[in-house]
Amino acid sequence: MAVMVGKGAMTNSIEELAGADLLLVVGSNTTEAHPVISLRMKRAVKNGAKLIVIDPRTIELTNWATRHLKINIGTDIPLFNAFANVMIREGLYDREYVENRTEGFDELARHVELYTPEYASEICGISAEEIIATAREYAAASGKAAICYTLGITEHSCGSHNVQSIANLGMLGGNFGKPNAGVNPLRGQNNVQGASDSGALPTDLPGYQKIERPGVREKFEKVWGAELPKRRGITKITAMDQMLRGRVRGVYIMGENTVISDPNTNHAQAALEATDFIVVQDLFMTDTAKLADVVLPAASFAESDGTFANSERRVQRVRPAIEPVGEARTDVDILLDVMGRFGIAQNLQTASDVWDEMRQLSPLFSGITYERLDAEGGIQWPCPTEDHPGTPYLHKDEMDSGMPGYFAPVDHIPPAEPTDSEYPLTLTTGRRRSTYHTGTQTGRASGFDLLVPSELAEINEFDAEQMDLVDGQIVTISSRRGSVEVPVKITNRSPHGTVFMSFAFPELTQTNRLTSDAYDFITETPEFKACAVRIDRIAPLQSDTIIAGDQDQS
Amino acid sequence: MERVNYIPQMTTELKNKLNISVNGIEVSCGTESRILDALQRAGFDVPTLCYDERSGPQGTCRLCLVDVEIDGQTQQVASCTAFAADGMKVETHSDSITEYRKTILELLLSETSSPANCPRCLYLKKCDLHYAAEEYGAKWDAFESLVPREKASDDNPFIQRDYDYCISCFRCTNICNDWEQVGAITVEGRGQESSISTFFNNNLLESPCTFCGQCINTCPTGALTDRKIIGTTSAANVERTKSVCPYCGVGCGIHLLTEDGQIRGTEPDFGAPSRGSLCVKGQFASWEFVKSEERLKYPLLKEDGVFKRASWDDALNLITSRFTAIRDESGPDSLVLWSSARSVTEANYLMQKFARIGIGTNNIDNCSRT
Repeated sequence: MAVMVGKGAMTNSIEELAGADLLLVVGSNTTEAHPVISLRMKRAVKNGAKLIVIDPRTIELTNWATRHLKINIGTDIPLFNAFANVMIREGLYDREYVENRTEGFDELARHVELYTPEYASEICGISAEEIIATAREYAAASGKAAICYTLGITEHSCGSHNVQSIANLGMLGGNFGKPNAGVNPLRGQNNVQGASDSGALPTDLPGYQKIERPGVREKFEKVWGAELPKRRGITKITAMDQMLRGRVRGVYIMGENTVISDPNTNHAQAALEATDFIVVQDLFMTDTAKLADVVLPAASFAESDGTFANSERRVQRVRPAIEPVGEARTDVDILLDVMGRFGIAQNLQTASDVWDEMRQLSPLFSGITYERLDAEGGIQWPCPTEDHPGTPYLHKDEMDSGMPGYFAPVDHIPPAEPTDSEYPLTLTTGRRRSTYHTGTQTGRASGFDLLVPSELAEINEFDAEQMDLVDGQIVTISSRRGSVEVPVKITNRSPHGTVFMSFAFPELTQTNRLTSDAYDFITETPEFKACAVRIDRIAPLQSDTIIAGDQDQS
Repeated sequence: MERVNYIPQMTTELKNKLNISVNGIEVSCGTESRILDALQRAGFDVPTLCYDERSGPQGTCRLCLVDVEIDGQTQQVASCTAFAADGMKVETHSDSITEYRKTILELLLSETSSPANCPRCLYLKKCDLHYAAEEYGAKWDAFESLVPREKASDDNPFIQRDYDYCISCFRCTNICNDWEQVGAITVEGRGQESSISTFFNNNLLESPCTFCGQCINTCPTGALTDRKIIGTTSAANVERTKSVCPYCGVGCGIHLLTEDGQIRGTEPDFGAPSRGSLCVKGQFASWEFVKSEERLKYPLLKEDGVFKRASWDDALNLITSRFTAIRDESGPDSLVLWSSARSVTEANYLMQKFARIGIGTNNIDNCSRT
């Protein structure tokens, strides 16, 4: 999306969703992954808005949906191209907006001609009538239609094309730069926005300033008093390949359980093991920390000073409530110490000093100070000056890039690993409300075992019958990369031919031993949402292998 | 259906305002403000037990009654439901209103158990009911005590239900049904017999309850409380630190509760943009990992495949010497640094600065792709 309109962030604010006329939620299991955002969606429906959920699974949010498009996994692009086809053919797009604020409409129009509702219907597995009706509803809500998407869109090998096909629709509907509208990626982790804001990216300095853009490096070199490397760096995915080739020999990992959270666990583990030296800075002895040569005890969020930036670009203060446990130190403190040992002279002592240096170098956050955060609460970037109130929605009078919004004609790319007779099912991974990520936090909260006792492989009733499986039965699930044992849960939430799992119980079930190496060729985001697997029974079935509390709600 | 198109206020200045007089003081408020909103915004202390801004006015507890002078006539109106009008004169604490509130509170208290055992007052902070009772000098035993409601025996590990303290304000059912739209709890029975129940009187674990904890946070008494905290703290000593939930990208505001330097629990921050919302993780799982026995407490170095405790100095010196050696042998791009979407922005900033000028590589990435 960044290439089309400027910034890859939620265009609008969370609270604004409640005031939309139409919400189109695609690839987002919002009630489970972002429960508090789902409240705003439910409220919009209560206020009379339409809610269109596009998801292969019958997720909980479909209870509130006015329409559920149960498409085949990984067929978002033909669907969105078909929406564009209908809106253009029937003249339902926002002509004035397209004329004044965008470029490339004619190319898009030509490109989507092929994607008739009938053509898309065959690929997506839903009726052409539903596609037409949805496009008309979206068009009717022009200027007050908000699209929300999550990893169900980006965690595909065609993830960035998925996003572009969605942004095309947003521009056709004239929905960028208006309240209660926009195109909104809901971010997964508490500070994933802040990590990217801060320039922890191989291509960007703080505030999304491109390393390769003239004048940018010089500005930082002046303040940092040192020369900057000119060539862009490599992403994690590339780095792991380079480790196996011996080109990357050392790694410093702060607060990330790479082995469990990254795709294809065996590959990730082998890559790390191939290096000469690993530093891990974390709260716990994670599976990744076990591979390290040096493990540094880090302070938790409750022991740290600093800021988190949320999904709606809002910078908020985090404050220490207690002293770090044992000899643990905050990430800021540790890094300042390490940098001192590398001879970097800087006059920074506290998180506040660090923030001030960062905002001085990035116009995006220049106006946000700790004093203001304390007095006003969170502030949404862009916030260029100290008297600027922050920005609830982007692209107001012009696209944030300062250029017209560019339509991107994109084509359907099926998941990298199709199913076949040996691996006939599609595994899609995701989250559950009461567990989180690799389970290092929720796994330590008492009582949570009552809510979801273990990993469960959710499969459809029809498939279960075909394979002669009963609820709670432990099976082996295998892909070309590895296998895990896990109890099945029979539910019609999952469509025919699919298996759904999270990855929050690594002690027993390391789901990412199954997932594939495929990734989006632009962002290098892994394809967590589709890989081919098979299910095998473990014979004979023993009663004590069934996890307690998981039997058919008896 | 009344359509609510809420857009967060960008500034504290009101675009269209009207003026009312409160206890003789001029106060401005928005044109469509309810009187209670205007009073609370201006800092006037008017008690209410049934009002939660998210569910809107109920008008059931009657504690927020104020004197309003319209056309020379004084009327008593529930300030949570009545709209402010330009030039309106409001009295919040006239003698008759004060006496009226005291009586209402005494009637409510007669439905509840002794204030001395209120779990919220004992372990968290003075609950709204007992705070108001003290303020207005309302006595618990002024009226004959009604038979207390039955305690719900519900052994879920999250929500303590003690209906001896329920005053039937219905904030919990409103939040559960209208705001969360989960519908786990409902009102059963009528009038004096009414009580809060789940459907078929099941335990919460067998209901649609998602354990978001919003019912316990809107409850103005000790009827619904956080079972993980109750009994571990004392209201007099517990301290609150404003922070942000450490889970997903919504960034809900929380207060971390601490006592004696130990973390004891969380509460939502109602002043944050999340407006008090939390989910099961933020309410019940955002602090126990902090005090887990499994936390790493000192640096570790691996020697012959086994981790040994080390000093910070030794650990950081080893990092410096090994990284420097690898860089000198194979160039700066033979090192990579991975920063964390779980850590503060400031630490991420330092990590990329370290990569770029300490090591000399742009090989810095974060976990935004996983």
